[in-house]
Amino acid sequence: MKILKKLAGAALAGAAMISLALPSAHAATPKDTLVMAWQFDDVISLDPAEAFELSAGEILGNSYETLIGYDVKDVSKIFGVVADSWTVSPDGKTLTFKLKPGKKFASGNPLTAEDVVFSLQRAVSLDKSPAFILGQFGLTKANVAEKVKQTGPLEFTFETDKAYAPTFVLYCMTANVASIVDKKLAMSHEKDGDFGYAWLKTNYAGSGPFKIREWRANEVVAMERNDNYSGEKPPLARVVYRHIKETATQRLLLEKGDIDIARNLGAEEIDAVKKLPDIGIQSAPKGTVYYIGLNQKNATLAKPEVREAMKWLVDYSAIADTILKYQVQVHQSFLPDGFLGASNENPYKLDVAKAKELLAKAGLKDGFSVTMDTRNTPTFTGIAQAVQQTFASAGIKLELIPGDGKQTLTKYRARQHDMFIGAWGADYQDPHTNADTFAANSNNADDAKAKPLAWRNAWDIPELTKTTLSAVLESDSAKRAKIYQDLQAEVRKTSPYLMMFQQIEVAAVRKNVVNFVLGPSFNTNSYAKTRKE
Amino acid sequence: MSVSTLQPGATANPRRLDTAVEVARKVGSFLFMVAVTFLGLLAVTFFIGRVVPIDPVLAIVGDRAPPQVYERVRLELGLDLPLWKQFWIYFVKAVTGDFGTSVLTNNPVMSDIAHVFPATFELATLGTLIGAALGIPMGVIAAVRRDGFMDQLVRILGLIGYSIPIFWLGLMSLLVFYARLGWVEGPGRLDVTYDYLVTPVTGMILIDSAMQGQWDAFWNAAGHIILPALVLGFSALAYISRMTRSFMLNELAQEYVTTARVKGLSEFRVVTRHALRNAAVPLITVVALSYAGLLEGSVLTETVFAWPGLGQYITNSLHNADMNAVLGGTLIVGVIFVGINILSDLLYRLLDPRTRR
Repeated sequence: MKILKKLAGAALAGAAMISLALPSAHAATPKDTLVMAWQFDDVISLDPAEAFELSAGEILGNSYETLIGYDVKDVSKIFGVVADSWTVSPDGKTLTFKLKPGKKFASGNPLTAEDVVFSLQRAVSLDKSPAFILGQFGLTKANVAEKVKQTGPLEFTFETDKAYAPTFVLYCMTANVASIVDKKLAMSHEKDGDFGYAWLKTNYAGSGPFKIREWRANEVVAMERNDNYSGEKPPLARVVYRHIKETATQRLLLEKGDIDIARNLGAEEIDAVKKLPDIGIQSAPKGTVYYIGLNQKNATLAKPEVREAMKWLVDYSAIADTILKYQVQVHQSFLPDGFLGASNENPYKLDVAKAKELLAKAGLKDGFSVTMDTRNTPTFTGIAQAVQQTFASAGIKLELIPGDGKQTLTKYRARQHDMFIGAWGADYQDPHTNADTFAANSNNADDAKAKPLAWRNAWDIPELTKTTLSAVLESDSAKRAKIYQDLQAEVRKTSPYLMMFQQIEVAAVRKNVVNFVLGPSFNTNSYAKTRKE
Repeated sequence: MSVSTLQPGATANPRRLDTAVEVARKVGSFLFMVAVTFLGLLAVTFFIGRVVPIDPVLAIVGDRAPPQVYERVRLELGLDLPLWKQFWIYFVKAVTGDFGTSVLTNNPVMSDIAHVFPATFELATLGTLIGAALGIPMGVIAAVRRDGFMDQLVRILGLIGYSIPIFWLGLMSLLVFYARLGWVEGPGRLDVTYDYLVTPVTGMILIDSAMQGQWDAFWNAAGHIILPALVLGFSALAYISRMTRSFMLNELAQEYVTTARVKGLSEFRVVTRHALRNAAVPLITVVALSYAGLLEGSVLTETVFAWPGLGQYITNSLHNADMNAVLGGTLIVGVIFVGINILSDLLYRLLDPRTRR
């Protein structure tokens, strides 16, 4: 009987719950608060010295300042953010930066050269994943105190090991890893000489337009206006990211007005919300390219005719217009559109006859069988299946091996694949980031330490490697751009990569949201000037 | 019944001692069973985690890390040690309650779980309550009025509950009750407006907000939880009502029921006092199992309703090769199962005199 009583009680409680849910009035999001739905389960750290993921890039881009910035509409226009001006020494190895006076951190502490020097030294010394962006200038834990030095209250010098192109150095200074951290605040949380790393992973010490109030993994990131920000005061008081994994759920929330921006809608969902009067679509090409890598350890794939034939066996425009509608544009060079020297030439299209001819030349008139490791997400699977079909029309039997992202990557990094379909995102806004991985392979041995994409596909290219490495030393910007253009042409022609697409980021935005900016990289996505009407 | 009770000259002492020994033995064997279960769980999860063809270093440093960073982290993780040694280190730490740090969130795994579990607990409990509160009476009526309206309804609901994917049901209910009708709040646990109003104490927003007198937040949270709880409750209901019906049919065909009727008891008394009381014993297992299933975290429901619970946490960790979190989460699921087993065992004893000795 006790049980029955309990059950009756539960039934009453249940009925009460149902009835109370009925009269729920709906309020839109508050006017001074921007609410976004976004899949940000990739965030693992909020410390600029460590964060290297796309979502974290955007969060830090809105909450920290860097020395240098660039115009999101014209990447070649570089300007100072924290830096006021800079000069290059005659030997090209030392840059002297002067800082803007009167800047403050969100904590109220003044921002001086001491903080900048601390931040750069800290990033190099902690040596986390993105540290190489600064390390490639010859900075190490041992020498960074010598190479990055404060020379005045608002002045410091940055010394490199070679006379690199100034644009190369400056673009690297726009990366999140070069964000300026509040030394006093970070060091007040230091433990065992960790530069405040354990604390900063989940906390905030910056000077950007917004402060990070809280990050709850896979749940919410809450940003608040930084009233000590030296720039124009942001109109929004709060920005909230909600982690909504399911895209259909994002769509419902957006239509209902419970969020202002949906960041991860698929093509069908975009088609649907586009028709609604109070929702608009915004998009921007991003620094990620999609490609297929052909392992040169496979004797068939190593034949130049086979590599070229495959490039004629992808229906680029059909994939971009249907399966990946709104998400990509056709792009057949390794430098994404928007980078210095990027080429927008797309010579390849689907041409089965030409491909067959090339295969016959390679002695493979009847085709052959080959496998491709494919990450089991809709994007990769979609491209892979389309490619499988067009390959079949020339007699190439492509078997897809599906796998989880980390799993396929582990195999790829061990060079155990035949073909691999992947995406590569630029690490910083300089062409070297992609040239260094697609067109450089200084050691093709199995036990090589560095594993650039050229190495992973066992593409042994001593000459191209030399060209790539020379490009970073070319101080003339126009000449430098020309080197990259030639490199891209060569890679398009001979490489074991089927360069296919460049990613486009799409956001569905309610029309009362004004001035939300999608930049060429995630850390230039900005809501510093966003307001709601 | 032990022999000692039959000996006329014996004092009470040996009898008590006897019982004490027996209790101690039972507790001992129970604890041993729990320990073996956990050790097994720990070992299986650990070795599966190591056998999967995923490089755990990649999960931490990402694809772009330079070789020296990669190598340093590999050594930090102890991946150069022999497998048994890695397991031993993990085991020793786990025994002291240290399950390591999650790669994804940077928090100790246990504090992560303490954060996500209340969300799942709140939802699963409400879902089970709804399922049981509706499912048991429905099953009883279906059995009593065989082939009647309720019987057909239970049959249809059972069919729907089993055949419709919960994922679809969740999305459709959102579409209808949230997007179109606007009767309930949308995905998530709370509106942004109320986000920092409630200080987490138990982690269950309904309870925390009620305790702090934040009634606006309470009603908002209630509006958020009701739909996922109903969806979960529905799938529990389909199962519970079906099982109740068949247990009841079985009991109603027993001779003691006929006897009770012959004695002139009212039908209501026959059904509730006699038949249901006996059917309740196996029913407890059914309800407990479905509760345990929901407590593990119903990944699909949590995903559709953006509910930051245990299921999402474990799945997400698995996708990111965050093995510490996966191991910790799996152990918690193990604890839940063992815990619910004990609970239903105790309830059995309460309800069924035959199991008391």
